[in-house]
Amino acid sequence: MTRDRRILAGISALTAIAVLIGGAFAGLAWEAFSDWSGALSAFNAYLLRIVRFTLWQAVLSTVLSVVPAMLVARALARHPAFPGRGLVLRLFALPLALPAIVAALGVLALLGRAGLFADVLTAATGARWQGIYGLSGILVAHVFFNLPLATRLFLQALETIPADQWRLAAQLGIGARTGFRLIEWPVLRAALPGIAGLVFMLCVTSFTIVLTLGGGPRATTLEVAIYQALRFDFDPARAVTLTALQIVLTAAVVAVLIRLGANMTGDANLPVARRRPVVAGKFEQVANGALILAALLFVAGPLAATVIAGLRADLARLAADPAVHAATMTSLLLALIAALLSVALSLALTMARRAVELRRSSSASPSLLERMLDTGAGFVLVVPPIVVGAGWFILLRQSGNVFAVAPIMVITVNAVMAMPFAIRAIRPAYDAASVRHERLCASLGISGVNRFRLVDWPSIRRPMLMALAFAMALSLGDLGVIALFGSDSVQTLPYLLLARMGSYRTEDAAGLALFLGVLCLLLMMLVDNARRRR
Amino acid sequence: MSGAAVRLDDVTFSYGETSMAFDLAVGTGSIVAVMGPSGSGKSTLLNLVAGFETPASGRVLIGDLDATTMSPARRPVSMIFQENNLFAHVDVANNVSLGRSPSLRLSPKDREDVAAALARTGLTGKERRLPAELSGGERQRVALSRVLVRDRPVLLLDEPFASLGPALRREMLELVRELHAERGMTILMVTHHPDDAEALADQVAFVDEGRIAAFSAVEEMFSASAPAAFRAYIGT
Repeated sequence: MTRDRRILAGISALTAIAVLIGGAFAGLAWEAFSDWSGALSAFNAYLLRIVRFTLWQAVLSTVLSVVPAMLVARALARHPAFPGRGLVLRLFALPLALPAIVAALGVLALLGRAGLFADVLTAATGARWQGIYGLSGILVAHVFFNLPLATRLFLQALETIPADQWRLAAQLGIGARTGFRLIEWPVLRAALPGIAGLVFMLCVTSFTIVLTLGGGPRATTLEVAIYQALRFDFDPARAVTLTALQIVLTAAVVAVLIRLGANMTGDANLPVARRRPVVAGKFEQVANGALILAALLFVAGPLAATVIAGLRADLARLAADPAVHAATMTSLLLALIAALLSVALSLALTMARRAVELRRSSSASPSLLERMLDTGAGFVLVVPPIVVGAGWFILLRQSGNVFAVAPIMVITVNAVMAMPFAIRAIRPAYDAASVRHERLCASLGISGVNRFRLVDWPSIRRPMLMALAFAMALSLGDLGVIALFGSDSVQTLPYLLLARMGSYRTEDAAGLALFLGVLCLLLMMLVDNARRRR
Repeated sequence: MSGAAVRLDDVTFSYGETSMAFDLAVGTGSIVAVMGPSGSGKSTLLNLVAGFETPASGRVLIGDLDATTMSPARRPVSMIFQENNLFAHVDVANNVSLGRSPSLRLSPKDREDVAAALARTGLTGKERRLPAELSGGERQRVALSRVLVRDRPVLLLDEPFASLGPALRREMLELVRELHAERGMTILMVTHHPDDAEALADQVAFVDEGRIAAFSAVEEMFSASAPAAFRAYIGT
């Protein structure tokens, strides 16, 4: 067999990722070696406090998101036919599509010093409402993001319970409490470590929320401290120490996650019946309704506040503002290129993995290369964008103008960060098409560009579009790398938003948040449509 | 405990676009094989008797009881499905005990009955196993043990042995036949296999397009005088 060009493409993609992450590590290592005393002296009480706060806010956010999510998911699962259920689930998908900075603005528009609830809260507390900042602000925003996510994941788990089990419970006269213990709790418990781990991970690496809602040194996480060390204090040695700690922390979390994930075993039952009788009593129905309503209000509040505050802004002036035009153009261009790059890299890895898999006999275990192609993109989850950005920032700072490379950094880092999601969209479709057509292609001698055009493209076109839109939305809303590399000459929408917030032009910020939120939502609707029509 | 007559009196039911109408009288202690094409309404028929579905009109009578609007738990009925008859995280003994007490509070007499039921179905020594540690046949034996402990006059079987191999299926049918000889409950069994019907049933109810298209003795249904639609369905 001749050397498959797909494998070559995959190796190139892996190399590109390795250069990006390796370069960042080289920058960090270089700095650590040249100023090791500086890096060591960064280990002090303040650092310890940052680490403690990072973990503490993540633990609290996880508990506050996951425990209510379990109850809400159970309530939703027990009433498969209540009116508006579909709408609630749609609404619960929204926070995922929203950039973190837009959500942070939404929380402030609702509970901030000048927020919609400020007067009510002033009256309720008896003192002038100072706005929600610090730990409480971070927690509200994190729960806003993760409660709906966890609810949807728990609901997915609950819906795997076969309807026969509910029928059986009904026939045996098993009540709600025993039913929970026998049927629902085992499923929830099995899903819990994975979901809690995911939420914890998202909160440990949360940057934008902490940057915008955390207040001062008392409410700072490692990622924000890295940013401050580089942008404000210009203390690369301390940034190196912080970054190393962040990597150790996330690596530990990911290791635990993988272990927990591997532990989840299914049972021998197959789902047979679909319809399920409603078994809830009157009291339970009311309690479940109240629970769902409360969650609904919690999620809808910041969303509504974003829209209201955004519409109050002087949108006409913003629309005529050259800085907004420039930022919009920059954002769209960088996001589009990042998304294209992300999809291209993902496709290369997917095709190469399949090609390598086809080469080995089915009994042999996967080679190192195959495993790299398989999970290579997953490694980026261990290395948050800020860490990659910080490494390159330190590496490039000697070479003159760091800010000139801003576009390249934003594009490459965002492209790689979106890869796990892009691969998840593309790989199943590609592999399925390959299973069907591989032998036929081989026997007819169709390969290379012809094969891609005639065989692969029609079956992966839609997933690729989905991945593209998703990667673009992710990149549009990202305020990680651009926070480090942004300057007056290169501004994206989130960066401009942060700048306006920083100079207390709250109305402008609210208007921009609405604009950015709508842009990302439109892209996500595209993804959703594509998914449903597939 | 002996059996009870089951009667569906002009029962109608609609589910999405399909509508069904059943009129059927099953005698006390008889065994009826419910046969018919997929989607014809066999399982719905059983679900109406069990109370998992409520009729739009008509009455469901079990013995002297009008069970039409009764909750599933209060009906004098036990049911076994093709799969998922056991709670996956509950051991064998407790899965059976749930048939006696939904809160698992058992008297010494209850415990004796559970042990006896497990012995009767050949599961002694497997009380502490979890369902995932049993074979498919053993799981259905646990479900049968629970039926014995519940001791209700009507037993509904919804293709309970469809996923078992031929020898195991015969063995299970034989066990059901013995239990019927001991307890005399009325049995309605959904099946696609003529062998099952001939081995166990007295009568066959042929369900087609949401109606009872034929209801006769087994010998008649498997003879040349059976309705043409039924002969086409079983392929003779």
